[in-house]
Amino acid sequence: MTNATHTKILSMPSRRQLLKTSGAVMLTTPFVSRAWAATTEINMLAWYGHGEPDMVADYEAANNVKFVPKYYAGGDNMLALIAQSPPGTYDLILSDGEFVQQLNLAGYIDPLEPADYPFDDMLHEDFTKFPGHWADDKLYSMILRGGHLGVSYNKNSITEEEAQSYACFWKPELEGKVGHFDWHLPTLGMMSLYNGNGAGLWDLDDGQWDTVQDTTMGLRKQVGGFFDYGGTFNSLKNGEMQAMVGIGDWITGVLEKDGAPVASTIPKEGGIQFTESYCIGKGSEKVAEVTKFIQHMLSPEGQVKSAQMAAYPGFCVTKAGRAALIEADPKEAMRSHQMEGMANDPIALINEGRIHYRDIPQQQSLEDWNDFWSEYKNA
Amino acid sequence: MTTTPRKRIGLYELTWRLPIIVWQCVFFAGPVLFMVAMSFFLVRNYRMTEAFDFANWERMLTRGFFWDSYLYTVMIAAVSTVCAMCIAFPAAYALALRASETTRRWAIFLLIIPFFTSYLVRTFSWFVILSESGVINALLANIGLGPFTMLNTSFGTLVGYMTLTLPLVVILQTVTMANIDRTLIEAARNLGCKPMATIWQVIIPLSKTGLIIAAIFCFILSFGDFVAPFYLGGSQEPTLPILILDTTKSGQQWPRAAVVAIMMMLTLFAIAFAGIALAYRKRKGAK
Repeated sequence: MTNATHTKILSMPSRRQLLKTSGAVMLTTPFVSRAWAATTEINMLAWYGHGEPDMVADYEAANNVKFVPKYYAGGDNMLALIAQSPPGTYDLILSDGEFVQQLNLAGYIDPLEPADYPFDDMLHEDFTKFPGHWADDKLYSMILRGGHLGVSYNKNSITEEEAQSYACFWKPELEGKVGHFDWHLPTLGMMSLYNGNGAGLWDLDDGQWDTVQDTTMGLRKQVGGFFDYGGTFNSLKNGEMQAMVGIGDWITGVLEKDGAPVASTIPKEGGIQFTESYCIGKGSEKVAEVTKFIQHMLSPEGQVKSAQMAAYPGFCVTKAGRAALIEADPKEAMRSHQMEGMANDPIALINEGRIHYRDIPQQQSLEDWNDFWSEYKNA
Repeated sequence: MTTTPRKRIGLYELTWRLPIIVWQCVFFAGPVLFMVAMSFFLVRNYRMTEAFDFANWERMLTRGFFWDSYLYTVMIAAVSTVCAMCIAFPAAYALALRASETTRRWAIFLLIIPFFTSYLVRTFSWFVILSESGVINALLANIGLGPFTMLNTSFGTLVGYMTLTLPLVVILQTVTMANIDRTLIEAARNLGCKPMATIWQVIIPLSKTGLIIAAIFCFILSFGDFVAPFYLGGSQEPTLPILILDTTKSGQQWPRAAVVAIMMMLTLFAIAFAGIALAYRKRKGAK
């Protein structure tokens, strides 16, 4: 390169060059922005996994949309994230069933059109009028999937018979080997069931609440740790923990598929159902796109994807979804008991009255439960 | 009595000093003041509302679990500091006073390398070593011992703290001891001082400032660490950083978490000031 050329490159652009370049930029800008606008971004607030490629990649490609997920852990965390964001930040909100009512009371979600969804195809009648999902005859949330929480255990340490009662957590051989999913709600719910509170597990008077606390404290010497989502997986997989309180097939199912000797069962005292439902965020400008996606997730294809979700499995809520799962992935349908006549079929368990939908404490505040949880961890 | 007239700071000098002042205001003083204010706010329907209410202070400071966590955190951070100082000292002594200049440089370079990798990754790697089916228990099994539970215990937490602090403590101790005037050590030896007595009566007093600074750093890092007690200690017992997380998770009680954070800061300020006062305290008779 000659010095002259070098100087030319490094020299200031002439006025003519500057005008030419600016004009070109201005003329092409609309095309650039149009290209960007072609894909609709949908802001999703959900538990981890719902916005991952195994769940949404095919849908994104087919519908020219792009999901921008923001993940949370726990209903409180979800409510806080919404409360701290301007209206319209989240187009699609995946909520735990028990928190829908609070989303609605706070005015964070818009009503849905019931005719858009397959209510005549639900596997259980409860799913059509799920607690908290309707208010003043308006639908605010559409149930998507569920899962059951009970006794999760390592088959080498606990037999199937022993797992039929929460009492197995107190087995002397398991001292230091019982883990907790670090959230007070499922564990205290299970302790309440163990105390025989049955359907009233969340509606505890002072005496019942004291007894639940005593029962839980009685378990403390068995406890080897309190874990988050990853830690729960890890400690069950490497055998550090032989039983886990507060979880169910949503964790052991993933490990079981990997060949780990773990399982979850619903004991005789009953189990707890977590329910996940979709809502449309208040002020969303993408109602049509979000509605279409929720419809897709309620379709047989969407229900199969949900049941097979890589992060954690959940059972189908529609008949067509279950049928499609049995056809597409009979192994998973069998493993998760989603077949007519199987023991522990999630729908049969609900019909038998052994499952109670997860809720928040009725006579105490969440803070009271959390304070006890902190005391318990420190004990 | 004569007084030195105070020098006026001109605009030019102020301009050069301004960035650090702005930096401290924006990234330290401002957030701290906001955190103090936030500790008086209230949470209603998961939303923080401005208020001036002592309810959060009253609630947190009257709960037994807060003080249990507080004492445990102070205790385990203190144990971590003692362990790190004791483990680091022989290594630092050898590097500073026995090794060649080249060896010392290489050693310090190698001690810096752990900081190139994520602390979280280093912590997770301990799972492979400490678990019941891990490397240590496998080795112990060969001589008929174990398995021992090391994960999800205070021991696990301490191992995590050492992972975080030990390289730093070794570096600080090494640099401090390397700067000791060797003639003083030689003089002590020539006057008949035995090796251990030389360490206690010459080397430690001469490197006191650096050793205390290293201990303060170790305590601060251990006291505020969330990763080790959560992942290697299994959250039992929960330390104050874990309590902050628990408090924010349930009910989004950021103001109550702010109370915990302020208590942590006050504790660290007290320990740091006490440490620095001790480090720079002149011996009786010294000028």
